Amino acid sequence: MKSTITLAFAGIMTVGWASQAHSEDYITLASTTSTENSGLFDAIVPLFEQATGIEVRVVAVGTGQAFEIARRGDADSLLVHDTAGEKTFVENGYATERADVMVNDFVLIGPASDPAGIADAQNAAEAFADIAEVEAPFTSRGDDSGTHRAELRLWDEASVTPEGDWYRELGSGMGPTLNTAAAMGAYVMSDRATWVAFENPQHLTLLFEGDDVLFNQYGSLLLSKARYPHLKRDLAEQWHQWLLSDEGQQAIAAFEVEGQPLFFPNAQ
Amino acid sequence: MPQETNAFFVAISLLLSGDAALMSIVALSLKVSLVAVLVAAVLGFPLGAAVALWRFPGRGVVVVTLNALMGLPPVVAGLCVYLLLSRAGPLGEWGLLFTPAAMVIAQVVLVLPILAALSRQKVEELLGEYREQLVSLGMSRLRMMPTLLWDARFALLTVLLAGFGRASAEVGAVMMVGGNIDGVTRVMTSAIVLETSKGNLPLALGLGMVLLTLVMLINAAAYVIGEMARRRMG
Amino acid sequence: MTSLSMPDAHTIPDIPVFSGPVACLTFEAVSFAHQGKTLFGPCSFTLAGPGPTLVMGPNGAGKSLLLRLAHGLLSPTQGGVSWSSARPRQAMVFQQPVLLRRSALSNLTHALAVNKTPRKARKPLAEKALARFGLAACTDTSARVLSGGEQQRLALARAWVLEPEVLFLDEPTSALDPAAIKAVEAAVHAFQRQGTRVVMTTHDVHQAKRLAGDVLFLAGGHVREHTLADTFFTAPASKAAQAFLAGELIE
Repeated sequence: MKSTITLAFAGIMTVGWASQAHSEDYITLASTTSTENSGLFDAIVPLFEQATGIEVRVVAVGTGQAFEIARRGDADSLLVHDTAGEKTFVENGYATERADVMVNDFVLIGPASDPAGIADAQNAAEAFADIAEVEAPFTSRGDDSGTHRAELRLWDEASVTPEGDWYRELGSGMGPTLNTAAAMGAYVMSDRATWVAFENPQHLTLLFEGDDVLFNQYGSLLLSKARYPHLKRDLAEQWHQWLLSDEGQQAIAAFEVEGQPLFFPNAQ
Repeated sequence: MPQETNAFFVAISLLLSGDAALMSIVALSLKVSLVAVLVAAVLGFPLGAAVALWRFPGRGVVVVTLNALMGLPPVVAGLCVYLLLSRAGPLGEWGLLFTPAAMVIAQVVLVLPILAALSRQKVEELLGEYREQLVSLGMSRLRMMPTLLWDARFALLTVLLAGFGRASAEVGAVMMVGGNIDGVTRVMTSAIVLETSKGNLPLALGLGMVLLTLVMLINAAAYVIGEMARRRMG
Repeated sequence: MTSLSMPDAHTIPDIPVFSGPVACLTFEAVSFAHQGKTLFGPCSFTLAGPGPTLVMGPNGAGKSLLLRLAHGLLSPTQGGVSWSSARPRQAMVFQQPVLLRRSALSNLTHALAVNKTPRKARKPLAEKALARFGLAACTDTSARVLSGGEQQRLALARAWVLEPEVLFLDEPTSALDPAAIKAVEAAVHAFQRQGTRVVMTTHDVHQAKRLAGDVLFLAGGHVREHTLADTFFTAPASKAAQAFLAGELIE
């Protein structure tokens, strides 16, 4: 029996090593689905890999889960969009450094018929209040992601407690939430990147955009070497610096989907 | 629905194009699931045979537990393996999280109960037929294990396929412990989830068809081999 | 090597002349109960003569139970089964031969492996036994696709390679045609000649007359008579045996 367990373990290790053999120089980056699904990483990561020979392995999850992965020491670097959460993360000592990298913005999507009339709203708070007033169906991420956190702040700003049959918390990523909204003919708040790259809009259309409160800041974090000595801090630092460098910022600016730039670099 | 019609052409053109990224995803899917089933078989078949052969207090509990674990939700298995392999977990030092090895471990957890529970059933059936003869030959229970497992080989081939089906079809566990990293841990099922979330339903469905085709080919091969051997062995 | 499927098989010349089995079997007040119901005994007897011992009796008399208790497949509820020396090497051939899902040859090499025969010796011994039992042509055939007669001969060959000191046969010919029956009876003689104690059940009086050295007659779970074959067939003592030999239906 002992020998079979050893054999089994040897099998697992073989696969593990074989897969890691092709590159020892890699970092694991925990990031959000919006950056991955829009295709941003497909565009910029190869440029970084060419410049440095460091492979970037992206684990794309919700911002909440990304923080959790990093907190447990399972990622070398973090690129998320929840400035308040990021600052707390640094204050708690999990990360030592945080920098603004780029922005995109949130947009309000809804059925082309626009039953709540949000296309004519003066600002985001008014648009949210309009939806609540007619109790038009609204699908929310409901997954503690950066987008979900931003959405909750906007309801708060509109002085609305979103609850009732019309408000659906899905507990899903941005893409699945858009799929559901499309099927239900519901309103939904999305980051622009995912929306532009989304290929199944059916009757949904972009109804409201441009308010400053819809501004969505992405930050890169370097994790604490003291707390996580096993992490590839040196490699992660190169990635962090590259994102902030002219080369990295230009790569972000050059990324377009259907002729539209989706992320706007704003490193200090 | 024009999209579904598209998906069929997407699937065919995917298969014909021999796209390198797709091929590596397919290869990883097969590799992870096959290794997982192999490891689970090495552990699960002797376990199933042992439960069939030995009478001990709590045996009923073991049988019920194995049967119940056949329905273990993949995300639960994934979560447990994630917590185990995470740097903050007990096996964190191995550094296996977000590697194919982690996916193999998660799938072993999923497949092992199926192989153990079903092989217990098959071995017990065979034991009913063989018991007197094997005791007459003076065999100990330990010595009966290889004999029974080998003689149940055709039934166990079907059990292996059931295990492989579960491994190749699940997504919850491999997503969680593999991270769906492009080119490293992305497999067929997690690629389908990704394309669905992008709203690229034809591509998602096309990938699904490719996966189904592969699983069917493997099943067909196993069926042909099994039938040929069965006919010869009676 | 002459094959057992041939008519004069039991006069194979290379078998040593019979010198009598060494292992004596004793049942001492053996009884067997299942779920509170006594199915066998209590019975006491000793098998010490040259044999073969034929166990006879109507259906349900406990013939198969007696064999299984003697062979150790079942443990007596009360009483004891003992041998004159240390537990002798034994083999058993069942009414329905239980053959592994492998080739005829592998069935024998498997038995030899269980018997801890050195690996290199297994194949030659197995091939020799297959030839002796007329199965040389079936060496690589799966045991499960052989005919009923061939399967039973394979079961006998498996017993043969184990060189048992005691051989139990439980109605080995009840499902066979005359030619196959003849081969089995020849095999019984062959075992007997090489000094194996043979204990066999049958419901066929004519077969018993052909084979028996002594007869254990059972009825209703009890041993009613244990005498030499001549005595049993010419002057049975019990009423049950008289009725049985007369072909009457008895319980």
